[in-house]
Amino acid sequence: MVEKKEKLGIFQILNYSGFALFTLLCIFPFYYLFINTISNNDLSSRGLVLFYPIDVHFTNYMDVFKLPGLGLAAFVSLSRTVIGTALTVFASAFLGYLFTKNEMWGRKFWYRFLMISMYFNAGLIPWYLTMLNLGLVNNFLAYILPAIVSPFFIILVKTFIEATPISLQESAQIDGAGYVVIFAKIILPLSMPILATIAIFAAVGQWNSFTDTLFLVTDQKLFSLQFILYRYMNEATSLAQLMKQMSGSANMDLANMATPTSIRTTVSMVVVTPILLVYPFFQRFFVKGIMIGAVKG
Amino acid sequence: MRAAARADATVASLHLKKEKKGGFYFLRRDWQLYALLLIPLTFVLIFKYAPMSGLMLAFKDYKVARGFWGSEWVGFEVFQQLFAKSDFGRAVRNTLMLNTLDLMFSFTMPIVLALLLNEIKGVVFKRVNQTLLYLPHFLSWVIIGAIAYQLLGEGSGMINNVIEQLGGNRIPFLQNDTNWLFSYIAIGVWQSMGWGTIIYLAAISGINPELYEAATVDGAGRLRKMWNVTLPSIRVTIVTLLILSLGHVMGGSFERVFALANKATTEYTTTIPVLVYRWGIEGGNFSRATALGLFQAIIGLILVLLADRIAKKLGEDGLI
Repeated sequence: MVEKKEKLGIFQILNYSGFALFTLLCIFPFYYLFINTISNNDLSSRGLVLFYPIDVHFTNYMDVFKLPGLGLAAFVSLSRTVIGTALTVFASAFLGYLFTKNEMWGRKFWYRFLMISMYFNAGLIPWYLTMLNLGLVNNFLAYILPAIVSPFFIILVKTFIEATPISLQESAQIDGAGYVVIFAKIILPLSMPILATIAIFAAVGQWNSFTDTLFLVTDQKLFSLQFILYRYMNEATSLAQLMKQMSGSANMDLANMATPTSIRTTVSMVVVTPILLVYPFFQRFFVKGIMIGAVKG
Repeated sequence: MRAAARADATVASLHLKKEKKGGFYFLRRDWQLYALLLIPLTFVLIFKYAPMSGLMLAFKDYKVARGFWGSEWVGFEVFQQLFAKSDFGRAVRNTLMLNTLDLMFSFTMPIVLALLLNEIKGVVFKRVNQTLLYLPHFLSWVIIGAIAYQLLGEGSGMINNVIEQLGGNRIPFLQNDTNWLFSYIAIGVWQSMGWGTIIYLAAISGINPELYEAATVDGAGRLRKMWNVTLPSIRVTIVTLLILSLGHVMGGSFERVFALANKATTEYTTTIPVLVYRWGIEGGNFSRATALGLFQAIIGLILVLLADRIAKKLGEDGLI
């Protein structure tokens, strides 16, 4: 008996410390990035800022927004996230609601028509040529339109609405409410939890999207933040020189002058911060959301 | 014959009756609603179904000047050219290798983590852990690539700085072909291990607690219960996910390879999705790139069906 207790103890200690280590692995990279953006740039570029910040300053964040294209890219990313998410959530809510209606004409057919598209796609090149033919190359709408109708989100809403009591809708119907009124007055408020989940997934997807810019956009005015970060990772040295020329001889403070390292870390931080900021608030939604999807889909 | 005809007529009349009550009556009454439905369905048609006609390019010699319809049909000639390319063999090898390794580690790690997480009884500790373990899933590969180079890079990477301060030599984690392969897999495990546990934890929470009680009465210890109760109970989930992920063995993420690759390590970074991009979008050889994409999709489908068949032979439920 005593022996058994001892064994359990060791297992638990190992298990707890193992998870503590894993968790640390998941957050330390961001901490490391952050302390490097606010530390002495000279020390940082020589790799001497490891575990705590040294000579804290925030000029790097002012400096990177002087970089060509970064401010605009932030605006593009923000716009596509806001507009794209709003439209996707609305469309998913409305379609999810419609597909719960048994009296809908050809419901099964339309539903299958939608679902099959989730499992089969034509591949990159046919998709690219379609976008080209639709005039969506070098067009902001390419970020928005293809994402509006998402079969996965529609399943989520449909499953959620089907689990709510139908009597609410019926009583509204008796009072003379049509589909649109029921949707606006009953379904929308009722399905807020699932819509929040969808909003999160859609927004994260929009913010993180990189390949659509890579494939479809050559116009610098439409570059997203992710794409700019990718480019900066590969050409930070030349950018640092550019920054030096821009600031001229007025700022000879070696400690806080932009370096390739400072540009890389700071731009990474700018791209990742929105996700880190909203993450603590949204994390309680997504597990529930994903489980609804897993049960059905 | 006559009986069949009568049956048909009955079916038809039943159908009509149903139609009168349901379909057309509501269609006429709520036509505005269906008009609204038309917009999103058109979107699906345009963005999901229309590209499928583009697959014909794989059997045509596509010339931009001649256009899609004007280009010549060439049968399987594009495929013959494709298979003869040295890059093709390399891409197939790399794709299979990267994804098989990924399957071995990224697929098993969430199962192990879920089993271990299930043993943690401290509610707060568990919740904090889960929350933070899910975080990497929400980052793009570009961000992960940027972070990876800042931590693992040879010149200024944090880990190498520490190694050097401790008196060791700098290791090219990402700037050497073989090391890159290991880093690629490790980073993938890091990104997906937490998120992957969600579905297994849900399956575990559905296990009947009486099974554990019975096992305890029989004198089973913690590991014994994991092996003989928990694992068999989530076997269906594991098999289903395994069959699904076999479909990706021939494809895999374009973004992940693209964001983690660099100019120094090109040996393993030519995978099928990367080659499709390079031939098609960068090189403008649409026919060959389409053929490669089609080849990938067909092999992926065959793999899933094959895995499903094998799983059924072994007495599992399978997918279809």
